[in-house]
Amino acid sequence: MAGIVTNTRARPSADRKPHLTETRAVRWALTGIALLFLALIVMLPLVSVIAESFRKGWDAYVTALTDPDALSALRLTMITALIAVPLNTVFGVAAAWAITKFRFRGKNLLITLIDLPFAVSPVISGLIYVLLFGAQGFLGPWLQQNDIHIIFATPGIVLATMFVTFPFVARELIPIMEAQGVHDEEAAVSLGARGWRVFRKVTLPNIKWGLLYGMILCNARAMGEFGAVSVVSGHIRGETNTLPLHIEILYNEYQFSAAFAVASLLMLLAVVTLVAKSILESRMSRDVEN
Amino acid sequence: MKLLRLKDRVLPGLPLTLGFTVLYLSLIVLIPLMALAIRSAGLSASEWWLTVTNARVLAAYKLSLLTSLFAAIVNLVFGLLLAWVLVRYRFPGKRIVDGLIDLPFALPTAVAGIALTTIYAPNGWVGSLLEPLGIKAAYSPLGITIALIFIGIPFVVRTVQPVLQDMESDMEEAAVLLGSYRWRIFRKIILPELIPPLLTGFALAFARGIGEYGSVVFISGNMPMKTEITPLLIITKLEQYEYNQAAAIAVGLLLISFLLLLLINVLQRWSNRRQSPIRKGG
Repeated sequence: MAGIVTNTRARPSADRKPHLTETRAVRWALTGIALLFLALIVMLPLVSVIAESFRKGWDAYVTALTDPDALSALRLTMITALIAVPLNTVFGVAAAWAITKFRFRGKNLLITLIDLPFAVSPVISGLIYVLLFGAQGFLGPWLQQNDIHIIFATPGIVLATMFVTFPFVARELIPIMEAQGVHDEEAAVSLGARGWRVFRKVTLPNIKWGLLYGMILCNARAMGEFGAVSVVSGHIRGETNTLPLHIEILYNEYQFSAAFAVASLLMLLAVVTLVAKSILESRMSRDVEN
Repeated sequence: MKLLRLKDRVLPGLPLTLGFTVLYLSLIVLIPLMALAIRSAGLSASEWWLTVTNARVLAAYKLSLLTSLFAAIVNLVFGLLLAWVLVRYRFPGKRIVDGLIDLPFALPTAVAGIALTTIYAPNGWVGSLLEPLGIKAAYSPLGITIALIFIGIPFVVRTVQPVLQDMESDMEEAAVLLGSYRWRIFRKIILPELIPPLLTGFALAFARGIGEYGSVVFISGNMPMKTEITPLLIITKLEQYEYNQAAAIAVGLLLISFLLLLLINVLQRWSNRRQSPIRKGG
């Protein structure tokens, strides 16, 4: 659901004139309360992940990360992201092109439907694939006859991840391409450029930061998804566990340090994502200003 | 393809991109969601009603709704405060604080879940301070609410922030000239402008909370009738191969989410209408 909120970052606002702001005491008090809240709710979990993962020392930390089950979970998480992110990127570009460069009936409905996965609980996102492909699902008997495994196997995990990360790239690109209009592309066409070349030479340079931004958010969610994947995975150790599911198993087995060690890996992913997001946002706002 | 207006088609690629968009959307989103609709249609209306009004299911709905509602209210207050401080004041480390607001979006929910549980458990950093006071944070509805506050805070901040940023100061200037005090200016001039984004952020946080699973399932304790949230109950039913019941409960949850989504859309249209004349004037 992250994408529902449009990206904004505080522009450096000028200092306000004294008569348009609160007294110094009020300002300090409000800032203090706000920061205390943020520290308790957001900062503390970050710090605790680091503290807990090194509680048993560096060696235990390395052991937890190089455990064969952890490595196989890492591999599955990578494979899932490597399939889901490119496919959703191609979809996002195609959808944004159709929606922003043309007029057709039902466009608003299409945009609403693209956003739909953000409104669906992750657990339901997994459930729908179980109802479709599971042993008691609509296609279950047929799949069993033909020995095709989707639920409790990698394809189900990839599908559930694709569903959950479905809108990310499209959502980032649609407003950017809407704002840029069609004049550049029409000029290129009138000069004789054709389809793919128009996109590559004219559109892509204008949307590259937004595209990358959408892909990074999509990737973070794809690698971190828990609820949807949990429903379709079957939790088979070394086979159908992604990193978040591996964390759950370790935690439920009271291997807390190991659970937090693996969690620290995903936390690193989150921090890298946030830094990349911040850099890209300043690139994007610079592009808009130019 | 009669729906397409051909005269607009100067640019190439509409049939290909629109065709692919609709195909991919159908395969990944619409057909699987249809499976849920068909599965729950397999139940008669009375069976469906019986399932969703079962005492355990009702308790789960109630818990999900109440904890999400309470978390969204807390986020309404602190989200406004954070947006206000970030837009209007200067303090060291402001850029980092601004970036941290997005952490709940970026941090995988399972990581947030185990971290919050460890902090608020009776032997945790905060939990051990609360226990002497008789407050049980983890493994109680309070713990669920804390997790949902974590998950929901960016929604309110990120919807209020841009509106606060773009607010013109001439109304405030005028109010000062007329002798109004800060609190009165805030209540009478600033707050009315912020109500649409505040309500939108509130509804987004609320909607996210109702469906949330990963960050809640560790801290909730998962006691049927007491601390069992709706998404967990759906998983439990699935594990017992009660597919029809799982589908029925899921449909109930989806209906609540879609109602909230509808509300968000109405609110956004309302806020666009409210703001457009002022924007034009500025």
